[in-house]
Amino acid sequence: MADIMPLALHVPEPAVRPGGVPDFSSVKIPKAGAVPRPEVDIGSEAIRDLAFSIIRVLNRNGEAVGPWSGLLTDDDLRDGLRHMLTLRTFDARMLLSQRQGKTSFYMQHLGEEAISCAFQKALSPGDMNFPTYRQAGLLIASGYPLAAMICQIYSNIRDPLKGRQLPVLYSSKPHGFFTVSGNLATQYVQAVGWAMASAIRNDTKIAAAWIGDGSTAESDFHAALVFASTYKAPVVLNIVNNQWAISTFQGIARGGAGTFAARGLGFGIPALRVDGNDYLAVHAVAQWAIERARRNLGPTLVEYVTYRVGAHSTSDDPSAYRPKTESDAWPLGDPIIRLKNHLILQGAWSEERHKQAEAEILETVIAAQKEAESFGTLHSGEKPSAREMFEGVYAEMPPHLLRQRQRAGV
Amino acid sequence: MPRMSMVEAIRDAMDVMMARDETVVVFGEDVGYFGGVFRCTYGLQQKYGTTRCFDAPVSESGIVGTAVGMAAYGLRPCVEIQFADYVYPAYDQIVSEAARLRYRSNGEFTCPLVVRMPTGGGIFGGQTHSQSPEALFTHVSGLKTVVPSNPYDAKGLLIAAIEDPDPVIFLEPKRLYNGPFDGHHDRPITPWSQHEASDVPAGHFALPLGKASVVRAGTAVTVLAYGTMVHVAQAAAAETGIDAEIIDLRTLIPLDLDTLAASVAKTGRCVIVHEATLTSGFGAELAALVQETCFFHLEAPIARVAGWDTPYPHAQEWDYFPGPARVGRALAETVEA
Repeated sequence: MADIMPLALHVPEPAVRPGGVPDFSSVKIPKAGAVPRPEVDIGSEAIRDLAFSIIRVLNRNGEAVGPWSGLLTDDDLRDGLRHMLTLRTFDARMLLSQRQGKTSFYMQHLGEEAISCAFQKALSPGDMNFPTYRQAGLLIASGYPLAAMICQIYSNIRDPLKGRQLPVLYSSKPHGFFTVSGNLATQYVQAVGWAMASAIRNDTKIAAAWIGDGSTAESDFHAALVFASTYKAPVVLNIVNNQWAISTFQGIARGGAGTFAARGLGFGIPALRVDGNDYLAVHAVAQWAIERARRNLGPTLVEYVTYRVGAHSTSDDPSAYRPKTESDAWPLGDPIIRLKNHLILQGAWSEERHKQAEAEILETVIAAQKEAESFGTLHSGEKPSAREMFEGVYAEMPPHLLRQRQRAGV
Repeated sequence: MPRMSMVEAIRDAMDVMMARDETVVVFGEDVGYFGGVFRCTYGLQQKYGTTRCFDAPVSESGIVGTAVGMAAYGLRPCVEIQFADYVYPAYDQIVSEAARLRYRSNGEFTCPLVVRMPTGGGIFGGQTHSQSPEALFTHVSGLKTVVPSNPYDAKGLLIAAIEDPDPVIFLEPKRLYNGPFDGHHDRPITPWSQHEASDVPAGHFALPLGKASVVRAGTAVTVLAYGTMVHVAQAAAAETGIDAEIIDLRTLIPLDLDTLAASVAKTGRCVIVHEATLTSGFGAELAALVQETCFFHLEAPIARVAGWDTPYPHAQEWDYFPGPARVGRALAETVEA
């Protein structure tokens, strides 16, 4: 044995920093259609490989291939394309609104549109999502009014949350969208509890938990996995791996494990990885996991492999920590372009129809924006009453809050 | 009326509520089959089945986090943290989530949740089986905080807590589980059965949250206390012969300020007693409120008797615990001031 050397701390670094040439050679991309589709009642050990591969349906030519294809009609897919285009257009307009000072803050989904939009399509009414701040596609695909979203972002007098919450932290029980918290990962374990409750009450509803790659390092992620596994809760545990947690590359959260999906295996939870930029693959895997939950077969962990094309938020500048052109080099491409090409190949879409759809959607979003702006923006027009500040802390206002409201003179 | 210890009263409250309301579920570490390390859930799993009362993994944030999700679904979870000293891993879920669900969702999602936890010292529990963390909860908007001091109150308040539409932190002074304790650790312990507060009504009865109780009427000084300190204060009054009016707060938030203020207006003096450490303890809030509300009635500085600002020690238990001698001295000094 050699002499013992002084210890050295290992701090992972991304392959490339600003000024460098983007390099995703470490991301192993299997061919579309290559990963098998097991029966839903399979155990986690039997599909161990699926936690280390990537389920893909759309191939390079835009064809839908393999055992995970064939679930959606052309109408469904056009619907999905419309949802993704709406989300992207909405993001662009809200980003602009923030720059114009109509709101304080915004977070976009650029490049991740397929995940929330396709997942929502696989759910049934009554199911409950426990989203992060980057799953507004769940709302859009479930038909939540765009104007209400914008009113929330503007904190105006029609804000459903009465101006109490930061922009994008939406809430809509009727649309199966649990109130978003600024505290990361907390909702992951709550989703498991909600699913346990559904099972306790012998209901048929299931829950979907959402988390990003960075937040899997939070302790609530681990609590969620052990509770989901122990009680076989009817929950789909989603991890959106967009490679970045603000400025921190996913290697800082990964702890040297092969994949985020692999985390599920230690808990005996079937774990799958899926191409997050492939609308068809996301939907197919979501449907598989949701069916498992609905049939009382327990939780499933799904890692969506994608890339955060935009800045983390309107307060962030990614050029300070990653190459500007990194998103162009991302090997899984753009979810909207991939679905568009597939539909065109099917003869179910065309460049012309796409342009027309884009124009129509922009019109719809602008109309919603105008409607919302008629009720004010953060810095113009009427605000939610200061009285609202004191409401809803408790079901009934306790004496000390009554006194404070009086003192505030509102 | 049946006579119950505090453990039995707490168990009975859960039993009554589980029978009345099938959305009430009870879980926590060792809570199911075994019936809890303090026996507070003994027999509930047998009676209501494993889906209504069950054992949880050793994960406080998991216990409270899943309970928040269950409450959002529409259940009424009543969960146990084995010792209040171990609630900190769940603090994020309590503060950031349970307390704020109603507010941040404008009432779309609510959290009718009870988090029960044994609290307080006087049992040679050392640093991690003796703490009184109530001030960490009273500081949080959206939470209610309850501390019973006897079996009657424990049952009535726990039923009210389970029925309450908002999250309630229910702190159970474990020193009082089996009998009242006045701080005289060198004397034999009497069980609850010899105390009138062990007469607990059978079936459903609820005590309103936010109502204090005057446990000893007096004219010389007002004592504000809760939990074990209610009994210590009573002993101190008896031993000093000072005609103290002792108020058991029972609920810290919402606080029954009217009862407190009326008493201090009458006595002109106020001593605040708690086991928790002094600095930024709930006593500071009480002192500020009494000062603001009763300034022109006060004839002496408001006194606080509390745990020292140290971690809870083991060997020095009785130098730390604010016993009847220390409380008695504060009463005498305040009355003479």
